[in-house]
Amino acid sequence: MKILIKNGRLIDPSQNIDSKGDLLIENGKISQIGGQIKEQASETINADGKIISSGFVDMHTHLREPGREDAETIETGLTAAIMGGFTTVCAMPNTEPACDSQGHVKFLLDRAREVKLANILPVGAITKNREGKRMTEMKELKEAGSPAVSDDGSSVEDAELLRRAMEYASMVDLLVISHCEDKALFAGGVMNEGYFSTLLGLAPIPAEAESTIVERDIRLAELAGARLHIAHVSAAESVEIIRNAKKRGVKVTAEVTPHHFTLTDEALKTYDTNLKVNPPLRSSKDTEALKKGLKDGTIDVIATDHAPHLESEKEKEFNYAPFGMIGLETALSLGVMELIEKKYLDWPELIRKLSANPSKILKYGRGTLEKGRVADLVIIDPKKEWSYTKETIKSHSSNSPFLGWKMTAKVTDVIVGGKVVMKEEIII
Amino acid sequence: MKKNTNIKWTKKHLLGIEELSKEEILLILDQAESFKEVLKRPIPKVPTLRGKTIVNLFCEASTRTRSSFELAAKRLSADTLNIAASSSSFLKGETLKDTARNIEAMNIDMIIMRHSCSGAPHFLARCIDASVVNAGDGAHEHPTQALLDAFTIREKLGNIKGLNVSIIGDIAHSRVARSNIWALTKLGAKVTVCGPKTLIPVQIEKMGVKVTYDIAEAVEGADVLNVLRIQLERQEKALFPSIREYIKCFGITEELLDKYAKKEIIIMHPGPINRGVELSQDVADGKYSVILHQVTNGVAVRMAVLFLLSHIKTSIVEEKAEK
Repeated sequence: MKILIKNGRLIDPSQNIDSKGDLLIENGKISQIGGQIKEQASETINADGKIISSGFVDMHTHLREPGREDAETIETGLTAAIMGGFTTVCAMPNTEPACDSQGHVKFLLDRAREVKLANILPVGAITKNREGKRMTEMKELKEAGSPAVSDDGSSVEDAELLRRAMEYASMVDLLVISHCEDKALFAGGVMNEGYFSTLLGLAPIPAEAESTIVERDIRLAELAGARLHIAHVSAAESVEIIRNAKKRGVKVTAEVTPHHFTLTDEALKTYDTNLKVNPPLRSSKDTEALKKGLKDGTIDVIATDHAPHLESEKEKEFNYAPFGMIGLETALSLGVMELIEKKYLDWPELIRKLSANPSKILKYGRGTLEKGRVADLVIIDPKKEWSYTKETIKSHSSNSPFLGWKMTAKVTDVIVGGKVVMKEEIII
Repeated sequence: MKKNTNIKWTKKHLLGIEELSKEEILLILDQAESFKEVLKRPIPKVPTLRGKTIVNLFCEASTRTRSSFELAAKRLSADTLNIAASSSSFLKGETLKDTARNIEAMNIDMIIMRHSCSGAPHFLARCIDASVVNAGDGAHEHPTQALLDAFTIREKLGNIKGLNVSIIGDIAHSRVARSNIWALTKLGAKVTVCGPKTLIPVQIEKMGVKVTYDIAEAVEGADVLNVLRIQLERQEKALFPSIREYIKCFGITEELLDKYAKKEIIIMHPGPINRGVELSQDVADGKYSVILHQVTNGVAVRMAVLFLLSHIKTSIVEEKAEK
């Protein structure tokens, strides 16, 4: 089974490729790349005017199955992923029940195989049921197929437990992904502490609720010799701490969400609950630091933290609404509009943040157009203008503050494991 | 009494003072003056809002504001409906959106809501077609309180422009403080906020106020002290060590006023008062206190608000000419 993609702009930061050419897929793998490929193929895709890239890997997605299938299922979540160009997503473990055992990891992998859309990399919990009391059986999680552990949604409060969990995780070569939040400093807050929380009279969350735990977790990872990845960085102070740690040679990486580099806390003046996220949207000084962090490499990855919630859950008074917004389908466009158009990154760098780096950090072996690798690819129309409306959403939930926005750039075709899963923006 | 002949009221809702212009604030105060007149009559009633149905939806306890709004509506001959969350289906878990839409289905014109969550009236205004009046939302705004405070200051001291007003107390959690800051700065007053550092929210200077933790500094030179209630529960949450120390640092006493205050100073408080805490017994009932005047003025000011919201785009001058 051969698929030939013709005349696209091939961008692969892992091999330093950025040139026009063709790409051939054979038996699910990339078999030839570059130049003019004269081969007969069962399917030919014309990528003229478009970009050919390895599929994006989201290091932070919430698929609500099992437990909250009313908000999102594995099928709807992976459909949304494909729409957004994500050929692999890391499913975060805060489902009901939590993903803290090998059986659960296997369940997710089986479901992904059944649904035949994007791949799932199940992230196991650090502690049993994410309660912060006992470590999970990490070797079993790793052997079942987990590349990483996280208690995301919460921080591990007990520093000694976290230290030991990090030591253990490093022993079995698991990445530790930290959601950094000091619950006490968070103090029941609902938005960033700053001029706007004062204006709006909403309970404030200081940046230090995040930065103090970023510092703590980095020091513990250093002590434990573990690989650490900081989830959804939101504050300028955190970026600085990570930058300094990298200078010291600590094995730490970091991600940022598109909503954190696009929106500031000023947007909350409307009290739109779709803007209520954890960590919160912060000030312009923070978004600037995040974008600079992406530019200088302090922040390695763009991840969505796709968090579906029902309309009935979000249509409440601000204090009562749950935290979170969806993001799989808007990540690329926001990256283009906020980072490329505003000259923080160019296309190869954006693709590095969405594909090459996450794959590298997860030791996944994808995120590349190298010959012989599994063919997870996307074709992107970089200039396409489209409107993000409720009708276009593939996720089961629609909790996004970007509804109604005019977007630039769209993924038009997606290939997963050498099979065309989306063609001309239509899921097959 | 000045009449603003050029300004019309065009806003469907009253959610806060932040979005009002100086002229709109003065329009309300001027309208309130004529209603204060009405309240002095033997039959303190006008037929202006006859046939209108006004709902008080109070999701938090209230003595003054609720009674004041109810009386204001009744003095204008409107039909009133009072719903207290504590005795409604809120207790059965019914959402605010459903509650509001169900009430609206009974053909009402306006909902006056007090709620413990900031932004609740904004949410309500998105859910229903009727007008919404914010009677206090969390720590965000309490527009009619600021309006009646401004009315009272104007009544006692004349033009607000250039006056020194000090707001004392738990600023961080106070909707009264925020609305007052907006109203007073828009009207040209110089505002100082004073309280424990732990109860002054970050970057409040950007609202155009001076910050001090020294009560003497706040009192000296002030024409008005607006003293806020200290919530005793804040002590539990590590925000200040004890009531005793709060009184020592920020309590308004006769002694403090004798030492630092101007002779013509007026003392205001939105109520309810913790006697002996933010105000001593003597000061609460003393010669500087205009607290009960505030309450009286509250009815007139709320009548003005209900009237203007019900008569959007009708010129105030035309109405006066008809009388």
